[in-house]
Amino acid sequence: MQRLLAWVDARFPLTATWKAHLSEYYAPKNFNFWYYFGSLALLVLVIQILTGIFLTMHYKPDAASAFASVEYIMRDVPYGWLIRYAHSTGASAFFIVVYLHMFRALLYGSHRKPRELIWILGMLIYLTLMAEAFFGYLLPWGQMSYWGAQVIVNLFAAIPVVGEDLAIWIRGDYVVSDATLNRFFAFHVIALPLVLLGLVAAHIIALHEVGSNNPDGVEIKKKKDEHGRPLDGIPFHPYYTVKDILGVVVFLIVFSAIVFFAPEMGGYFLEHNNFIPADPLKTPEHIAPVWYFTPYYAILRAVPPMFGSQFPGVLAMFAAVLIFFLLPWLDRSPVKSIRYRGPKYKVALALFVIAFIGLGILGILPATPLYTWIARVLSVIYFAFFLLMPWYTKHDRHKPEPERVTAL
Amino acid sequence: MSELSVDNSKRRFLVALSSTMGGVAAVGAALPFVFSMNPSARALAAGAPVEVDLSKIEPGMKIDVEWRGKPVWVVHRTPEMLALLGKHDDQLTDPNSDNTAQQPDYCKNPTRSIKPEYFVVIGICTHLGCSPTYRADIGAPDLGADWPGGWFCPCHGSRFDMAARVFKGSPAPSNLVVPPHKYLSETKVLIGEDQAA
Repeated sequence: MQRLLAWVDARFPLTATWKAHLSEYYAPKNFNFWYYFGSLALLVLVIQILTGIFLTMHYKPDAASAFASVEYIMRDVPYGWLIRYAHSTGASAFFIVVYLHMFRALLYGSHRKPRELIWILGMLIYLTLMAEAFFGYLLPWGQMSYWGAQVIVNLFAAIPVVGEDLAIWIRGDYVVSDATLNRFFAFHVIALPLVLLGLVAAHIIALHEVGSNNPDGVEIKKKKDEHGRPLDGIPFHPYYTVKDILGVVVFLIVFSAIVFFAPEMGGYFLEHNNFIPADPLKTPEHIAPVWYFTPYYAILRAVPPMFGSQFPGVLAMFAAVLIFFLLPWLDRSPVKSIRYRGPKYKVALALFVIAFIGLGILGILPATPLYTWIARVLSVIYFAFFLLMPWYTKHDRHKPEPERVTAL
Repeated sequence: MSELSVDNSKRRFLVALSSTMGGVAAVGAALPFVFSMNPSARALAAGAPVEVDLSKIEPGMKIDVEWRGKPVWVVHRTPEMLALLGKHDDQLTDPNSDNTAQQPDYCKNPTRSIKPEYFVVIGICTHLGCSPTYRADIGAPDLGADWPGGWFCPCHGSRFDMAARVFKGSPAPSNLVVPPHKYLSETKVLIGEDQAA
């Protein structure tokens, strides 16, 4: 066995890779609850790829048979219902886990120097994930699939001058049709998963290059022992692999409970209108995107048309997503973790969370004049969190950071 | 044997030249992939004109026709509907159909049609592409007592009158599009082809 390993190691850095990323990757010893969501995101990615492969064996990317093939998976394919519900629940679970993972960064400053590139790669993963979810949502070819895609593709038609041709190019037709379904299938099952895997690998490699942040936001690499190991670091394996397994177990309990007992989640994970086959001639009474897009959708609706075009709203919506990229450079605080930050950042972060969740709720509800005004106020708070950040983080009161992490 | 010497400027020139040519080739090779996503010949052929028989539409009723995969509405407007059309111009974004992209020239008139009683329009909201709901019920309680009849978009609440002109305050920026169409006879209309000027 030893000789086999030596034979491999001479030809491929197997032991070296194992050490670099697991047994001798030193992570801070004070990780808490918020540090489960990175490994859980990886788990959900595996669930999605696995269930996705098996769904592809039965699904038909054809406007005439797509809806029926999904029903066929649900009723006739052995355990097809389980695989399909795991995939649809996995989509929502992915966003829950990723939103918590991103919130962790806001809490402890994980996006700050020297981890800007990890943050940017993570944001690219988030964008790819949104595109992946959008393409995947068309595939069941229900009413919500169809009209949701129609609305989103028309966002691109709002771009001045080239918009109309761009939308036709994306759809491959004058309206969302069989051509659109077929190409969305290609993007969903091969193009974007490949991009996603590449980005996830880069995200982890970049993380392991600079080392993980921690709830105190101090660099453990500053204090090392005589072997050059961080004093406050412990090897990822076995310490954090074991910790993450606990997270996986708890996650799978919740995940299974949803898959078995509430796969539609009252219409939030699988919308009721999507159980009606797509009808290009009839729009459902009330269109709302799936919950994970609703904050941005609410911002889109909150901006009134200007100069005879809805482009400003579209611009605001894309800006709301892309502004996250700038976060590492907007934050001017001398400390990273919320534990040592002053009241201004704490209030700003609390308001941002209220705005994000509030917009998410408003995006599900129909647009009444009152709700539109609330959405406008929340949109202003949303953008103010980012745009005023250089000011309020610089002039905040903050406590001194400790020399080493504070856990025992 | 002469001494081997490296001409760095020539080397840089050749590297720059071959990189540029390689870049051009890469763009050229990408084009067929980009163009392959445009509508196919079959999708273009499906854009052929559609013939509609108007004699079967009862007054006040609307039928849906599919043209280029889009819903096209043909409405038989009653005299009451037509009488209400001129009464709310001040509430409209574009009452005189000045936006020439939204209708052919021969439909730039108060009823936005060739014959006032028959109205042909593409049933896709100019906001984000939903298909608005036909609400001919004048003074409908949920749309306000002064509702003159028309269309209401369920997605984002845009409102249109019986000539599909958008009311101010709607998210939709412009009136619904009147497609090119022409009369083949008194009761037959062809959607998708302009009438001779």
